[in-house]
Amino acid sequence: MDVLDLTRLQFAVVTIYHYLFVPLSICLAATAAGLQLAWMRTSREKYLHLTKFVGKLLIATFAVGVVTGLVQEFQFGLGWSAFARFYGDVFGPTLAIEGMLAFFLEATFLALWYFGWDRLPRRLHAATIVIVAVGTLLSAYIILAANSFMQNPVAYALDPSTGRAHLTSFTELLTNEVVLAAFPHTMAGAAMAGGGLLLAIGVWRLPADRAFATLSRLGAWIMLVGGLGTVISGDHLGKVMTAVQPMKMAAAEALYETTTGAPFSIFAIGELGHDRPFFSIEVPKLLSFLGTGSFNGTVQGIDDLQAAYVAQYGPGSYVPMIPVAFWTFRLMMGAGILAMAVAAFHLWSFYAFRVRFLPAFLQPGRGTPALMRRFIWLAPLLPAAANTFGWIFTETARQPWLAFGISKVSDGISPGLTSAEVIASLAGFTLVYGLLAIVWWRLVVHLSRKPLAPDKIESSSDREPAPAY
Amino acid sequence: MITFWFAVLVLAWVLYFVLEGFDFGVGILTPVLGRDEHERGAAIRTIGPFWDGNEVWLVAAIGVTFAAFPAWYAALLSALYLPMVLILLMLAIRGVALEFRGKHDSPSWRRRADLLLAGSSTVIVLLWGAVLGIFVHGLALGADGEVTGTGLSRSLDPLLTPAAGLGALGALLAAVLLGATFLALRTTGPVRRRARSLARHAGLAGAVGLLIAGIGTGSRIVLLAAVLSFGAGVLARRAREAAAFVAVAAGVAAGVVTVFLAHGDVVLRSTLSDAWSLTRTGAAAGPEALKLITIAGVIVLPGVLAYQIWSYWVFRRRVSSERVAS
Ligand code: HDD
Ligand code: HEM
Ligand code: HEM
Repeated sequence: MDVLDLTRLQFAVVTIYHYLFVPLSICLAATAAGLQLAWMRTSREKYLHLTKFVGKLLIATFAVGVVTGLVQEFQFGLGWSAFARFYGDVFGPTLAIEGMLAFFLEATFLALWYFGWDRLPRRLHAATIVIVAVGTLLSAYIILAANSFMQNPVAYALDPSTGRAHLTSFTELLTNEVVLAAFPHTMAGAAMAGGGLLLAIGVWRLPADRAFATLSRLGAWIMLVGGLGTVISGDHLGKVMTAVQPMKMAAAEALYETTTGAPFSIFAIGELGHDRPFFSIEVPKLLSFLGTGSFNGTVQGIDDLQAAYVAQYGPGSYVPMIPVAFWTFRLMMGAGILAMAVAAFHLWSFYAFRVRFLPAFLQPGRGTPALMRRFIWLAPLLPAAANTFGWIFTETARQPWLAFGISKVSDGISPGLTSAEVIASLAGFTLVYGLLAIVWWRLVVHLSRKPLAPDKIESSSDREPAPAY
Repeated sequence: MITFWFAVLVLAWVLYFVLEGFDFGVGILTPVLGRDEHERGAAIRTIGPFWDGNEVWLVAAIGVTFAAFPAWYAALLSALYLPMVLILLMLAIRGVALEFRGKHDSPSWRRRADLLLAGSSTVIVLLWGAVLGIFVHGLALGADGEVTGTGLSRSLDPLLTPAAGLGALGALLAAVLLGATFLALRTTGPVRRRARSLARHAGLAGAVGLLIAGIGTGSRIVLLAAVLSFGAGVLARRAREAAAFVAVAAGVAAGVVTVFLAHGDVVLRSTLSDAWSLTRTGAAAGPEALKLITIAGVIVLPGVLAYQIWSYWVFRRRVSSERVAS
């Protein structure tokens, strides 16, 4: 691997890692806020205990999100200094505004919330967690707007004297049609990730502590609704992508020739070359529907697009890695649908009213069937996998472009960087991030082992000024 | 506009080094001043609600650097690639050690967290100090604003210069003083006593060291730092804890400002040729970007300052190290 590939690999590793924790933070913050409001409204102790439990998970997850996010903030200068010079006017303000607007809000108010249970008036205290939740959404939106610029550059002009890109309108950057479509999709994906974690903890702890029943159902509902959200918003996102980056969606189906009423293959065996694969299961006309909204719509093929790009941008290959695009797209959808099935199964087995209408062998009985308990670790992993595959698809199928149509990835790397440096830093990140993951995991398990509704003694120690230290 | 943003940027870095400086200092001093687990816990509780908010000043500082001076951001980070990566890795370890320490009741977990915290805080402080030292000395920037070289030494070599070494030592002294005076201000009982005595000794010893360095180099700012360090020592002795902390903070702030103003209009000196040094105008973003962050900054930053100050007010109570944990 040369230094460019190493730097790309490092960017991917570090960003994917950040994005394993970020969706959890987004979902857990919103869930904690919702639970606390429910507690204030109903005064039911159960909600208070759940709020505090989710809050502890949130703090642990947020800490990892923060330290890995810090790395993100530096990445563009470390490995991609040419990119930072070229797009500084677009990216710099966006990241700076994200920091000023969202990160201060999240960090300060999360501390106020967590340490402020008995120092702030009740309503004010509830407001702090709502602010945290809003902060996470804000930061997600702004960073997605930055990413959407790379997918579909808008609101910029090239300065002929410096050769750099200039921002022409921030509002336009924030209302890029790609970010408008990607934000709901990623937030729905975030809901699935967080819901999956809560569901898994709930089911795992249910036999020991009935108080976890609510948690498991809550998690399952969040996951299911989030799942429906990803499908609806993903469909829309696909249409937007077909319009702005037709090559990406053609690569996602390995569709070489422009086709009217194009089919969508669910599964394929064999090479994804010009010949049809050895074996595939196809749904007729579905790709056309996904891409254009009409079953008889025309989807452009890779070969025509390549020829058109050569004419427009000069010689070179404009085709991304087809198998990666093809499979990551399917794995994203597949993992998501499987995750929804897990959530649906849990809810079905919970709401026992269904029992009356079913033959005995399908009856779930009370609580969770053993089958569910055995496979519940899938619940947080599947959405995490879907999120990861979704990003790998989004980013690799943008290749060879860094910002679509303006500059190539190879033009963005820091010119002086050496392979040895990137190998060293990649090893460092892998090691430290690996350790972080292990510690985070042990902590989540440890936090979940405690009884949800603490007895009197523990709850009094909970009211100590600073429970965490 | 460019001067204004340069000032904002310096302010953000000053706030970062002062604020995170005291929580680095507390991290370094925790195993020194806390004799048992409760005392160490008390020391860490003084920064518990603040360190994350403090660290966001780093996000803000680097974000403003990127937004207002993209070429500077690019040159600095790519030239100091490995030192910066090391700082980030250590910050990651440190953040997690801090945040996870109290979430587990086992003593061995906590001991490990304390050691990681102290170790990582020390390394980060030394590295930041070295980076500031390198800043003053300059980097081997070429015509394209990049440093070339081979292998690991490209970005590690600058760390081995005398300027980096001096910077590292100065930063360590500053962090220890900030940490000690902050702990003296924020705790009660034995931790407070020990912190005060440490602040006194470190302040006076630091003053002597700085005085020698100041006379040696003829730098007025180092002499000022010596005076402030001496003042902090004296104030700590008289139990004027708030004043002692302010004195140290002022010293750190003055030091950081000096580093940024070391070469006038040049923000990053090239040691190869003056023509290749990066100037404020040369590094600045275009007028549209500057206007945008100005609007955003004017609207958002006063609010940020207000709620950060409010949060310090909410958690103003001293942390007792005498509390017997349940
Ligand atoms: C739990 C997560 C999850 C699930 C179940 C799905 N997705 Fe997704 N998808 C993501 C999580 C995700 C993501 C990680 O959030 C991505 C990466 C970039 C982005 O904007 O969202 C993404 C990207 C992404 C893109 C590319 C956008 C781009 O290139 O900018 C498309 C076209 C879709 N998705 C479409 C779908 C469809 C049609 C789905 C229906 C089954 C679907 N996704 C399920
Ligand atoms: C939202 C802000 C983001 C920005 C500004 C951004 C920017 C970049 C840049 C500059 C590169 C290197 C150039 C390249 O290889 O194309 C890259 C690559 C990559 N990013 Fe993103 N990224 C963002 C989000 C993400 C997220 C959240 C993920 C995954 C979870 C991700 C996954 C990847 C992957 C897998 C690559 C490697 C692609 C390749 O080299 O083939 N990105 N991104
Ligand atoms: C590659 C570009 C990215 C950069 C530069 C970046 C930067 C950061 C930074 C610096 C933090 C720490 C904030 C703090 O100190 O409080 C952070 C956390 C966060 N980031 Fe990212 N990030 C990137 C990708 C993403 C993406 C793609 C998303 C969401 C779609 C996202 C959403 C968040 C959220 C919600 C948080 C706060 C929650 C948490 O800390 O876990 N980030 N990010």
